[in-house]
Amino acid sequence: MSSAATTTYVLRGARPLGGEPVDLVLSGGVIAEIAPVGAARAGSEGDGTVVVDATGLVALPGLVDLHTHLREPGREDAETIGSGTRAAAAGGFTAVHAMANTTPVADTAGVVEQVWRLGRDAGWVDVHPVGAVSVGLAGQQLAELGAMADSAARVRVFSDDGKCVDDPILMRRALEYVKAFDGVVAQHAQEPRLTEGAQMNEGVVSAELGLAGWPAVAEEAIIARDVLLAEHVGSRLHVCHLSTAGSVEIVRWAKGRGIDVTAEVTPHHLVLTDDLARGYDPTFKVNPPLRTAEDVEAVREGLADGTIDIVATDHAPHAREDKDCEWAAAAFGMTGLETALSVVQQTMVDTGRLTWADVARVLSSAPARIGRIDAGEHAQGRPLEVGEPANVTLVDPAARRVVDGAGQATASTNTPFQGRELPGAVVATFLRGRATVLDGAPVPAGADARGVRA
Amino acid sequence: MRHLLSTQDLGRADAVRILDTAAQMAATQSREIKKLPTLRGRTVVNLFYEDSTRTRISFETAAKRLSADVINFSAKGSSVSKGESLKDTALTLQAMGADAVVVRHQASGAPHLLAHAGWLDAAVVNAGDGMHQHPTQALLDAYTLRRHLSGTGLTAPGASGPDDAAARGAGLDGRHVAIVGDVLHSRVARSNVHLLHTLGAHVTLVAPPTLLPVGVQTWPCEVSYDLDATLAGDTANGGPDAVMMLRVQRERMSGSGAGGGAFFPNPLEYSRKYGLDARRLGLLAEHAIVMHPGPMNRGLEISAQAADSPRAVIVEQVANGVAVRMAVLYLLLAGSDETDVAPASAAQPVPAVERVPAS
Ligand SMILES: [Zn+2]
Repeated sequence: MSSAATTTYVLRGARPLGGEPVDLVLSGGVIAEIAPVGAARAGSEGDGTVVVDATGLVALPGLVDLHTHLREPGREDAETIGSGTRAAAAGGFTAVHAMANTTPVADTAGVVEQVWRLGRDAGWVDVHPVGAVSVGLAGQQLAELGAMADSAARVRVFSDDGKCVDDPILMRRALEYVKAFDGVVAQHAQEPRLTEGAQMNEGVVSAELGLAGWPAVAEEAIIARDVLLAEHVGSRLHVCHLSTAGSVEIVRWAKGRGIDVTAEVTPHHLVLTDDLARGYDPTFKVNPPLRTAEDVEAVREGLADGTIDIVATDHAPHAREDKDCEWAAAAFGMTGLETALSVVQQTMVDTGRLTWADVARVLSSAPARIGRIDAGEHAQGRPLEVGEPANVTLVDPAARRVVDGAGQATASTNTPFQGRELPGAVVATFLRGRATVLDGAPVPAGADARGVRA
Repeated sequence: MRHLLSTQDLGRADAVRILDTAAQMAATQSREIKKLPTLRGRTVVNLFYEDSTRTRISFETAAKRLSADVINFSAKGSSVSKGESLKDTALTLQAMGADAVVVRHQASGAPHLLAHAGWLDAAVVNAGDGMHQHPTQALLDAYTLRRHLSGTGLTAPGASGPDDAAARGAGLDGRHVAIVGDVLHSRVARSNVHLLHTLGAHVTLVAPPTLLPVGVQTWPCEVSYDLDATLAGDTANGGPDAVMMLRVQRERMSGSGAGGGAFFPNPLEYSRKYGLDARRLGLLAEHAIVMHPGPMNRGLEISAQAADSPRAVIVEQVANGVAVRMAVLYLLLAGSDETDVAPASAAQPVPAVERVPAS
């Protein structure tokens, strides 16, 4: 399809998972060779080989996001599958799961196939649609889970994200039903009555600001119920974006009990607190809300000890007018694809809580396994070994950059890190051997990689 | 002072200065000609997203008595309800050359956004935002409290007149104010707790636990669930020098159905436990006053006897509201100098006067 697909890349001096430097050779869509620095057998410049000076760069398996909002179909003014997946590539991702709360909702085989095809045609990352659990996210009737599983999109993750499946019978049936095709229900845990009108975390800050509070127990009560339901029916449960110390405790308890539950935390819940609401800047309005410093510490601890399996972005782009307004009127959500890796480096690697090998686990292999995309022709989250698909991200951990939403690849600018300096930068991303990002700049499918570099 | 958004932004010196200025404004209001030329040529916009005739008229009267041009922009039912954003409205007001925008909004933080989003150069006065703040209400409450509770000594209301001269420069040091009722939804309570604390008073919030926000324990006040104990002086601060009753929004409070908030079982139980009636009035000290921001639910949070008793300064609060709002607009728009705003001397030029009906 493109000349770039036949390009051989030699990543000279790259450090797989932060280890000793090697030459990584990507050819024919796979990792063709791993050799001592300077010893790669691949040809020299001029015969279709591009040598990338990767000295000091960490090589990770391509990142996998289990929780992305791409907004297409329906809100292409906020994001399209094209712009969102380009942002994903810029952030070091090679696969994303696209949430179902689009317009129309991704609750049929037709819509998930449409999303899947648009993602494939854009060519930046593999797009795996998430199917809705209930028709129209209305929480009343199961969507056609089996048809979505059998479709070209091969859906394995089902979620009404944005809304909680609060009816315990519907939740039970969904957990049971997806066992037929090894699916997983990803729950947005938010007890609806306890959060009616809620605008931010309930606590000292909400009391001061006069914004309706969103208690931690509204999240924790649903997670507690769901782990018990998952245990009862012997099914897989995934907890989306948990945000409180109590939620971490419940998941820790459930895992100790042998319940098949996995959990994710967002980058923003690893670092930001509800104090940021004090300026009434709706950039910081998000669901679940930013919590307290104690909660931030607890989710970091949970991620470090494996209670929390993965980091997922909950990338939620919004049109400017949906954020440029009163807090109560503003949309919930923040962008995240292009800052996720930096935030994980800042909060977990630079603080000594995770190694780069752990980062590969929480941002690549574990989300791929939860989403059941870790095997087959388009396998993601695989180890950096000879013969594996050449999904590789090169990170410069020594880089520092000031985040500027306007300069990002996503179509929206609602980043909570605007103006902040973050460590680390994605230098290159390879999707099955083809560069989607080189020298930190996106490379459209079909572009000649050498031309871009020159 | 660039804007007035929250009483938390006010230091003691600022607060006392506003109250002293309000006293000077009030003095001018006993003159035959009430209008001052101070804000001639300035434009004050009353931007009201929520109905509040009382507050709007108070601000309008204050601005007109300072000779400002006043534009009332009732955003309710206007293009706003057809989707015009706060931003677009702000840009319109900027284009119209508004010098001050008095904003009332159902969303907490909307005045903050107007003041800081860069859409508008005008001074922003918060006239009540959501459940957040209503700083001029707190200032008029503090002004009313100060007239009655500071200075030469504590006397029973009605026994001798309140004393403005003695109150000049004073705070509310050592006084005890009980604020009773729906604290959870009350911007009046939020504003008053901070301002009264800044002025040196002790505050006790009295409410059922359901009507107190999570996080209230960090506020600079005491919390009680027991109105009788508070009125009887069973607290560290002794009996209150003033009791401020809050309005209960009865329609959304009681009831156990899906629509009701179920904050308390029913209105009868609420008034039994938290209403101010004749018996509870009798628990108060001789000099203590009764306040209410209005409008009152007679028979729910306050009985007719309490509302109409000589201790009640509820009507005076309304009158003081004009003086306080004049002071705020004056300080925001006319001056940071230390000179008196309205000297009692007859030499003051007051051209082209116009009679403004008293509110
Ligand atoms: Zn969600």
